Amino acid sequence: MSLRNVGIVYRKELTEALRDRRTVVSTILVPLLLFPVLSVGFGALAIALVGKAKEEVPKVMLRGGEDSPAVVEGLRKLDKIEIVPESSGWKDQIINKEIRAAVEIPVGFQSDVAQEKSDTVKIFKYEGEMKSEFATEKVEKYMKDYRDKVVKERLAAKNLPDTVLQPFEVKQENVAPPEKVSGAAFGGIIGYMVILLCMTGAMYPAMDLTAGEKERGTMETILSSPISRMHLVLGKFFLILTAALGTAALSVLSMGVSFSVLGHYTGKTAGGRDAAAGLLLRLGPKTVISVFLMALPVAVLFSATLMTIALFAKTYKEAQSYLTPMTFIVIIPAVAAMLPGVELTPKLSLIPILNVSLLCKELVAGTYHWNYIAIIFASTCVYAAAALFIAIKMFQRESVLFRS
Amino acid sequence: MIEARALSKRFQDKKRGEIRAVDNVSFTCQPGKIYGLLGANGAGKTTTLRMLATILEPTDGTAIVCGYDVVDAPEKVRANVGFLSTATALYRRLTAQEFVEYFGRLNGLDEATLKKRVDDIFNRLDMNGFRDRRCDKLSTGMMQKTSIARTLVHDPPVMIFDEPTNGLDIMTARTITAFIRECRDNGKTVIFSTHIMSEVEKLCDTIGIIQSGKLLVEGSLAQLRDKYAEHELEEIFVKVVTPHYVAEENN
Repeated sequence: MSLRNVGIVYRKELTEALRDRRTVVSTILVPLLLFPVLSVGFGALAIALVGKAKEEVPKVMLRGGEDSPAVVEGLRKLDKIEIVPESSGWKDQIINKEIRAAVEIPVGFQSDVAQEKSDTVKIFKYEGEMKSEFATEKVEKYMKDYRDKVVKERLAAKNLPDTVLQPFEVKQENVAPPEKVSGAAFGGIIGYMVILLCMTGAMYPAMDLTAGEKERGTMETILSSPISRMHLVLGKFFLILTAALGTAALSVLSMGVSFSVLGHYTGKTAGGRDAAAGLLLRLGPKTVISVFLMALPVAVLFSATLMTIALFAKTYKEAQSYLTPMTFIVIIPAVAAMLPGVELTPKLSLIPILNVSLLCKELVAGTYHWNYIAIIFASTCVYAAAALFIAIKMFQRESVLFRS
Repeated sequence: MIEARALSKRFQDKKRGEIRAVDNVSFTCQPGKIYGLLGANGAGKTTTLRMLATILEPTDGTAIVCGYDVVDAPEKVRANVGFLSTATALYRRLTAQEFVEYFGRLNGLDEATLKKRVDDIFNRLDMNGFRDRRCDKLSTGMMQKTSIARTLVHDPPVMIFDEPTNGLDIMTARTITAFIRECRDNGKTVIFSTHIMSEVEKLCDTIGIIQSGKLLVEGSLAQLRDKYAEHELEEIFVKVVTPHYVAEENN
């Protein structure tokens, strides 16, 4: 095989790709900017909004409680809550966000408590509405504290220790190292991301280098040159592969940086994101290389498959309509790997995409099942080689190249 | 030299069944001569030339180009052929020079030879004013010159032109016809297809009239005039093609 010709085609395609705004946007800019915008931008916005919501002094309507002055007084003294008197249509007022919640103290509540009778205090809220939930939390905490105080007083009156109600404690303790904990929680996302981004990175160049070339009328020009069709396919294929891997690498890099910046920005308060940032910072070269090594045959599989499908199209638009459904075919197994309880088995290790996605989860958590790694790498290489073989064959079919 | 030997191409069409785009066509083109393939749209001209340029593979028969068989050694054939048609577009995101260099490299030229060859061609075709301009910013005339430069970069002994002036303005078309003559004067074997009678009259040493994939007649303009007792090529063409056209319509 003349690598020189493959290299000539590759260099030319690379030059053209870097001069094409659409390729630069989809392969370089989108992966670099997507995560900062999504995580830092969106995350910061969410934090700001939550903070603002927490600062608001919610109005809580008091229903009843005329014969329970101590409880009512306690509620009124609560910080950052405004007790408003009862008025009609209180349910609508909650729904219309005029007040955030309502608390209903039953008749004779205080004397019932004194006589050790059971009662129910009801809090009415707008479920899912953030400010209503905050108001409800505050009122509920006050009522629970009041209940604990009553319990303590009763125990004290009867000369009983606190342990009567709590004879023993139950505690959970983690023995897995932190990278395994965050790996189990976020490892699936890394695999999913790398797989999906390999796909999206390959998509645009795959269409541009095949259907785009037909549409622009350069296919006949290149076919009239002495280069063999196999060398031509390989040159194009390597460019698509570069785009796929480049997009995935840039995305993971940008995700790592975004999360660590976000962790720093939020003062390590956002638990989940912080763990993810920690994980990415802890990934280390071994994990990164392992994940990309496993992603390599997947990227080959995507690049060759997308190129073959796009080659059937006569125009760029037609290619788009063929390739867009492919995204769903890839997303389904990639997402399935993230579901809790889905773990590698010999059968699953033969299912393309799902197998690599599952393996990435293990790799990120620092677990290396060498037998699975071998099976998955080999099987994906076989699928990738088959896809590339079909791509080369398709490039030799006149009915595909000159479809009219 | 080009020697077409019973060249045939059949396509399968879902609605119309088997189509004989080129049917048993044989002819010879000599070095230093221009062979004109004259035919209406859909007569089989483009398919014939695409087979000679090895872009399509013959279903039956073959052709020998510069001693190489189009079926057995397509890459060697292409290395000896310059192919130009209105369908051979330019890579828009490359500059004129990059475009020509790309094809020079694909033809196996080393960098020193390539540089010399590109400089020669750009000087000869007066292309230095736009050599670093991207192809999508070129005028039609500049594009045609760039295409010509592509076909010349490896100095092929055989030139194949498929309706090269189709849709071009008169000045650009004249650049092309002048270039075709120059190729002949330089001893190259030239074949070109067209449906424009005046071009054939002005350029061709041998004319082949093709209809429904069949080569109906061939000869020099003088021979055809004698044979059909007509002076105008258009009249000769109508006389040759009409019986076949009518038969085809009846079928």
